[in-house]
Amino acid sequence: MRNLEYYRDLILVLTQKELKVRYKNNVFGYLWSIGHPLAFAFVFFVAFKVVMKIQMEDYSLFLIAGLFPWQWFSNSVVSSPTVFIGNTSLIKKVNFPRHILPFTMILQEMIHFILSIPVIVLFLFIYHKSPSFSWLYGIPILLVIQFMMAYGISLMLSSLNLFFRDLERLTVIFSTFLFYFTPIIYSESMVPKEYRYLINLNPLSPLMISWRNLFLNGVLEPTDLAISFAYSLIALILGYYIVYKRLSWKFAEVL
Amino acid sequence: MNEPIITFENVTKSYHLYHNVIGGVKNFLFDIPKAISSIKNSRFEALHNISFEVYRGETIGVMGRNGAGKSTILGLIAGVLKPSKGRVSVNGRISPLLELGAGFNSELTGRENIILNGVLLGLTRAEVINKMHDIIEFSELAEFIDQPIRVYSSGMVARLGFSVAIHTNPDILLVDEILAVGDVEFQKKCYKKMLDFKKKGVTIVLVSHSPDDIEKFCDRAIVVVKGEIGDIRRIASKPYFTNPESAFIRGMVN
Repeated sequence: MRNLEYYRDLILVLTQKELKVRYKNNVFGYLWSIGHPLAFAFVFFVAFKVVMKIQMEDYSLFLIAGLFPWQWFSNSVVSSPTVFIGNTSLIKKVNFPRHILPFTMILQEMIHFILSIPVIVLFLFIYHKSPSFSWLYGIPILLVIQFMMAYGISLMLSSLNLFFRDLERLTVIFSTFLFYFTPIIYSESMVPKEYRYLINLNPLSPLMISWRNLFLNGVLEPTDLAISFAYSLIALILGYYIVYKRLSWKFAEVL
Repeated sequence: MNEPIITFENVTKSYHLYHNVIGGVKNFLFDIPKAISSIKNSRFEALHNISFEVYRGETIGVMGRNGAGKSTILGLIAGVLKPSKGRVSVNGRISPLLELGAGFNSELTGRENIILNGVLLGLTRAEVINKMHDIIEFSELAEFIDQPIRVYSSGMVARLGFSVAIHTNPDILLVDEILAVGDVEFQKKCYKKMLDFKKKGVTIVLVSHSPDDIEKFCDRAIVVVKGEIGDIRRIASKPYFTNPESAFIRGMVN
């Protein structure tokens, strides 16, 4: 019982810290966290709609519905490699559950994402659409799936980076790859038929497609949901049991 | 004084030298066989087959030169390191005194950092809040406590850290050279607090370079001595037990 309370407090206090640090120094903290995906949306809109004349209605809404959840994922992944390195002195001295560090990092990014949902709603209204009731269960389900995915990957990257210190650079390159191979700035129906089977080989695709379908049409496709849940479970098991559990007792040695 | 609270049984601790791997994924993949063999072969033995017991309520000093293995012993007690051979058992709640500002965030206020640090050291949030008043009072930082600690001097940060650590109700207090910080007045206060702890039956492990500190506080001292230099396989460290006879300790250290 005390243990449970301790875990809860540890998560609470560390997440509070992250949020305070992020928002304390400037009143624009909130604007920063939505400004980044909005700026991206603007760039893609100019490049693909204005210049290349992509055939799609409401393209800016389409972009935002995909870019916001992606931002959560990619921020989590890119900051993963430094999670443990950034807490060296603590890890070397105090025996606390280390996996709490990536956990709270992702929780914090999730909170930013949740706070950015009103912006999506705003864009829906601009295009004369409105949020659907299915959001009430759809958003929590997708939050859990994406949390598992991000946490699993983050445990892998943060642990391995202590042993392979250049993983940080590879992560940035890898996440750029993943972004362009995931249907975010284009829809899955625009992918040529002969390559379409490849879409679901990318663990992020069914998840990002689900988010967009939920935000734009209020629909959750059970197949997408099942596939993305399976991928997330694999990521979590791989990250926690295969990588983190085996390496964590060595952290204090290699830092 | 009869119940062992810390037991080291034939403990050997060796480290892999990971420099080849820390060269990164690139180096590792380009030369896998060499990388693997270098991981297997390059080991550094920091502690060699040491055994000792520390009893409840005892204050024990750990001394030795840089690199002798003092920090490894502390790491093993704190449970952040695992022995390569042998067994370490610790029965009680440990509070390490962290080096300057570890676990603190410079953007948060003193008060927020107390909560953060207290929870990291194993208290629940409610417990830290209960002790908040005592912690602030002991640190003598009441007027700065709602300022971000980036405006604190290093001595003030050390005072805050010490204050939190001693208020976590530890059974075992690990002190690693921490007393060198803070002004003379505060140092005196820390010493006094440690003597209080001793009276209350808290076990203290004190790592220090200073034979004076060890003599002043400790019931016993372990002197960790590094073996010959240059012979990588046999860098052995042996413990010596002694009552704090200054001549002997000084002889071992110098």
